[in-house]
Amino acid sequence: MKFVGVTACPTGIAHSAMAAEALETAAKEKGHDIGIEIHGASGAEFVDRQVIREADAIIIAADATIAERNRFEGKPIVEVRLREAIDKPGEVIGRAEKAAEAGESETSAGAVAQREGAEAEGGGGEEAVPTDMGGAGWGAEVRRWLMTGVSYMIPFVVAGGILIALAFALGGAVEVTEIDVYENFTIPAMLYTIGSTAFGMLVPILAGFIAYAMADRPGIAPGVVGGLIANEIGAGFLGGIAAGLLAGAVVMWLKKIKLPGGFGRIMPILIYPLIGSLVVGALMIVVIGQPIASVTTGLENWLASLQGANAIVLGLILGSMMAFDMGGPVNKTAYAFAIAGLEGGAFAPMAAVMAAGMTPPLALALATAIRGRLFTPAERRAGQANWVMGGSFITEGAIPFAAADPLRVIPSLMVGSAITASLSLLFDCTLRAPHGGIFVIGLIGNWPLYLLAIAIGTVVSAALVIGVKEFTGGADSEKATSAAA
Amino acid sequence: MSITIDDITSTNLVALDLEVAGQWAAIDALADLLDKDGRLSDRDAYAEAVYAREKETGGTAMEMGIAIPHAKSAGVSQAGVAFGRTSTPLDYGEEKADLIFLIAAPEGEHDLHVTVLQQLARRLVHESFRTSLREASTPEEVVELMREQIST
Repeated sequence: MKFVGVTACPTGIAHSAMAAEALETAAKEKGHDIGIEIHGASGAEFVDRQVIREADAIIIAADATIAERNRFEGKPIVEVRLREAIDKPGEVIGRAEKAAEAGESETSAGAVAQREGAEAEGGGGEEAVPTDMGGAGWGAEVRRWLMTGVSYMIPFVVAGGILIALAFALGGAVEVTEIDVYENFTIPAMLYTIGSTAFGMLVPILAGFIAYAMADRPGIAPGVVGGLIANEIGAGFLGGIAAGLLAGAVVMWLKKIKLPGGFGRIMPILIYPLIGSLVVGALMIVVIGQPIASVTTGLENWLASLQGANAIVLGLILGSMMAFDMGGPVNKTAYAFAIAGLEGGAFAPMAAVMAAGMTPPLALALATAIRGRLFTPAERRAGQANWVMGGSFITEGAIPFAAADPLRVIPSLMVGSAITASLSLLFDCTLRAPHGGIFVIGLIGNWPLYLLAIAIGTVVSAALVIGVKEFTGGADSEKATSAAA
Repeated sequence: MSITIDDITSTNLVALDLEVAGQWAAIDALADLLDKDGRLSDRDAYAEAVYAREKETGGTAMEMGIAIPHAKSAGVSQAGVAFGRTSTPLDYGEEKADLIFLIAAPEGEHDLHVTVLQQLARRLVHESFRTSLREASTPEEVVELMREQIST
C-alpha cells in the first residue's frame, strides 16, 4: 500500500522527526511505501500532490496544527497523537491499513479527544468522506472539490433551514416573511431574518470552498465573490458550482505563472485575489448572467402559453422545474408562475409547486434514514434536518446532496417532484398562501390527498436516489466521472 | 555553509553519569552545561521555555526511555544539544527516561541546525543507536557515535 505520513509538533525538531522515522521504518518493515512530511515552526516541505493522490491512506500524527490540511480531504485519514506514532508505529500502520481497506477515515478516540468540543461532536465526520478514488484521476478530483464545498455549506443549510422552520412554526409562515424585523421587532421575524441570512451564504460558501479545495486559500476570495454574483444574478447553487470551479481553475492557472523576485512575492497578496475575482466576476456576469436572464424570460413565456394545458403535463413540467435547481432560475420561474396564479385567483398551481418543493428534502431525509451507508456522515446528519426543512417547504435542504452529486441526485429528485405536482393538480388541491409547507395546512384545499401526493413523490424520489447510487456504486469514482462531465 | 553535529554538540555537553533527582533537575543540570559552553545568553529564560514546553506536552519522554526536552528561545545564542545519561531511569512525566537530550534552538527563521537536530531525533528511534549510547563509556565515544549516525 501507499501512505502519506504527516507529523507535526510546535518546533518541528524533535518529536515530529522521531515520529516520521518511526512511521517510515514501520511502514517499510511491512512492505509499504510512505511519503513523509514534517511540520514545524518554519512550515513544512509538502509531499507532491501526486503522492497524495496515489496514497491509500493518510496518517496524521500531530500535536500541532497542520498547514493546508485540506490537501488530504477525501482520503481515508488515521489520526493519532505523536506519542502513539513514536511508541507504537506498527499499530498505527496497522490502523492505516484497515482504513485504506475500508476506504474510510477512522475516528480514533485519542484523536477525537484532542480536538475541541464542537468538532469532537462531529467526530471527524467531515473527513470521513467515503472514497475509493484510487487512480480515478480527474473525476475523483472534481468530486473531492464538490464534496469539500458541500461540507462547508452544510452548517449554513442546517442553521438557516431550522431557524426558518422555527419562525414559520412560531409566527405563521406567511406573516414572518412580510415583517421587517428592523422596523417591527418580533421573535419569529428575527428567527426568519437570521435564517435567511444564513441561506444567503449557501452559494458563496459553496463556491468559495470548491475553489479552496482546488487552489487552496487563494481560491477562497474569487470563489466567494463569484458565489455572491451567482446569488445576484439568481443563478442558484448550480451557478455557485460554476463560480467555484471557475475560481479554482483561474487561481490554479495563476499559480503556474512564476515571476521573478519581488513580482513573485506580490502574486499571493495582489494578483491572485485581484485577477482571480475580476476574471471570475466578469465571466459570471457576462457569460452566465446574461443568458440566465434570457432563459428565464423564455421559460416564463413558455409557461404562460401552457395556461389551461392538461393538468398532468403542467404538473410534470412545474414539478421538474422546482426540483431542477432548487432556488435557481428554473425553480424561481416555476414559483413565479404559481404566484402569478395565486394573485389571479388560480390556487391549484401554487399547491402543486409547493408540494414539488417539499418533496426533494423529504426524499433525501427518507433516503438517508433507510440507506445511510450510501451517504457521508455529514450528509446523514443533514438528512435528518431535512424532515423539518421538507415539511416547511424549504427546498434548499436538498442542495448539499444535489451539489455533491448533481448528475445522479437532481434527475432522481425531478421525477418525484414531477409526479407529486401532477398528482396535486389531478387531485384538485389548492393553496391560498405563497409559502409555509405543513404550517399552512389550514389553507390547503383537499389536504388529505395533498399529503398523499407528497408522500408518493417522496417515496419515488428516495427510491430513485437509493437505486441510482446503489446501482452505480455508492460513492465511487464513476459518479465522480459523471459529475465531471 | 552546512552545519554538522560538531557545531551543535561536543564532549563538554555530554554527562554520562548524570545523578539527579528527576525530570526538572536533569533539565537544570544539562542547561548548565549548555550555559558553560557559551551557547545561552539567558540561561533562565531558556530553562523557563523548556519547562513550559514540558508542562504543555505532559513530558517529552517516550516509551523507549528517551526524553528530548527542547525549546526555541531568545535566551539561546547558539544552537546546541546536551546529552545526559542516568544509571537508573528517572521518573520523567508519564514515562521513565535514562537518555536525555536537551536541545536549545535560537529564535529565527533560518534554521540550519534544524536538519541536524531532526536527523539526531530520527536516529534515536532505532534501538541499535540507543543501545550504543547506553553502552558508551566516554563522552568522546558518544560524540563519535553521533558523527557516525548523522552525516550532512
